[in-house]
Amino acid sequence: MSVQMKCVNASLGYDGSVVADKLDFTISSGDYLCILGENGSGKSTLIKAILGLKPQISGEIEWCGDVKKNEIGYLPQQTVVQRDFPASVREIVRSGCIGKCGLRPFYTRKEKELAEDTIKQLGIEQLAKRCYRELSGGQQQRVLLARALCATRKMLLLDEPVTGLDPKAQIDMYELIAKLNREGITIIMVSHDVAAAVKYSSHILHIGRRKQLFFGRTEDYVSSRTGRAFMEAEEEENE
Amino acid sequence: MNNIEKLQFYFEFPFVRHAFIVGLLIALCASLLGVTLVLKRFSFIGDGLSHVAFGAMSLSATLPVMIKKAALSYSDSDKLSPDMQKVVNWFGELNDMFIVLPITLLCAILLLRTGQNTKIKGDAAVAMLSVGSLATGYLLMNRYPTRANISGDVCSTLFGSTSILTLKQEDVRLCIIMAAIVIITFILFYNKLFAVTFDENFVKSAGVNANGYNLLIAVITSLIIVLAMNLVGSLLISALIIFPSLSAMRVFRSFRGVIICSAVISVLCAAVGIIASILYSTPVGSTIVAADILAFFLFSILSVFLKKRSV
Repeated sequence: MSVQMKCVNASLGYDGSVVADKLDFTISSGDYLCILGENGSGKSTLIKAILGLKPQISGEIEWCGDVKKNEIGYLPQQTVVQRDFPASVREIVRSGCIGKCGLRPFYTRKEKELAEDTIKQLGIEQLAKRCYRELSGGQQQRVLLARALCATRKMLLLDEPVTGLDPKAQIDMYELIAKLNREGITIIMVSHDVAAAVKYSSHILHIGRRKQLFFGRTEDYVSSRTGRAFMEAEEEENE
Repeated sequence: MNNIEKLQFYFEFPFVRHAFIVGLLIALCASLLGVTLVLKRFSFIGDGLSHVAFGAMSLSATLPVMIKKAALSYSDSDKLSPDMQKVVNWFGELNDMFIVLPITLLCAILLLRTGQNTKIKGDAAVAMLSVGSLATGYLLMNRYPTRANISGDVCSTLFGSTSILTLKQEDVRLCIIMAAIVIITFILFYNKLFAVTFDENFVKSAGVNANGYNLLIAVITSLIIVLAMNLVGSLLISALIIFPSLSAMRVFRSFRGVIICSAVISVLCAAVGIIASILYSTPVGSTIVAADILAFFLFSILSVFLKKRSV
């Protein structure tokens, strides 16, 4: 279990205003970290910081061991553009290799093989020639997951991967992510589904308004005050 | 003289053949990038830029007159000094493209930038620039008329030359070079353009400079608009960019399929349009666009049939 990323006392925000302050957590290889927090708590800013798209205001985000910056497979939330995009599944999965190309204009045979293997791994080979816009929500997420896996095999960053899916597709997606985690891929998932987070993750980072409320193992979170309060609130909401 | 004989007669002239080739090349370039522009929700930017190109074109046309008037008002005699006359002549002979292209390019970059910071919302900025340059262009053409027939000049800049045959040899050469640049760039960056179009955030996360590719798209778009102004005029350029790709998207379901199909549609429609415009002496630009509209309806009907079969 080697440390892959360290976030030390980082403040995040934009235009000088701090959105999330004093974030402290580490991610080791094989972890399944779930980032919880309400809307506006700075989750998406944290994602941008982890991806290196928006530098932190202060503090450090450090990459250690075998993972480098830009070596994260990212599964963004769906955009409007994608919903009616004419592209085949194979084309989209292959585009996951784009970071490896540099200035080279075309994909190598190896990269194409990687795309095919990933398609098989996620069980979507019968969809390979289908058009993305004709797939169900769950199938579309699988395609995007395959694309992220083409970018890297070390770490995945998933931004609310089950939003908009029906309950069965949600469970399938969670099981698939758990399977990938068992195969040794580090998972960082942003979510507001506490029940699933507690069920599947190994670590939890809970951020509240402007500050970090909890970071640690999931077992400890369940018995912590923050965790209990959040879970109760969630249950009341569901009733 | 029947139609075939008429065509044969026309195509014996080298300048007709040149114009035909240039027309097809422009249509090809426009359709290639059209798919990306439509999918990125940039079709409006293409439209705005074409109006900017009109303003720039007017500026380029009136510049010699403007300089002459300004110089005359500062000198005592009513004749230009030989040096000044040289400057005016130089601007008069300068190819319009060298003025229109930089201005259009600048506006393209500006529009992409405003898309990112939100002081003036993207669509408002486009609207502002496009009507602004239309008005300025028309104003300039009236204030500094180069020829007696102002409305004729304005009309041909807006809707394309009534006949593509007025292209100069130099225009033809420049068109071919620019078209070659566009096509080669497109092929070399095909995979990146696809990735950036489909998902900018993912591409950024992989460490690819997505903004750089957006800039590339803006540069090629302005190149195409400046190219196409000669053929269809600035008001009709968007039609050349969006219709073929929209038609192709009706039927094809992979990115490559859509690109190839839209290129084929665009080239065919341009050919049909140019030939029809020779036979029936109609304006080239609007005839090509009419052919594109017809193709769009054909493909829409086709897509309905294909859906019925697959259900």
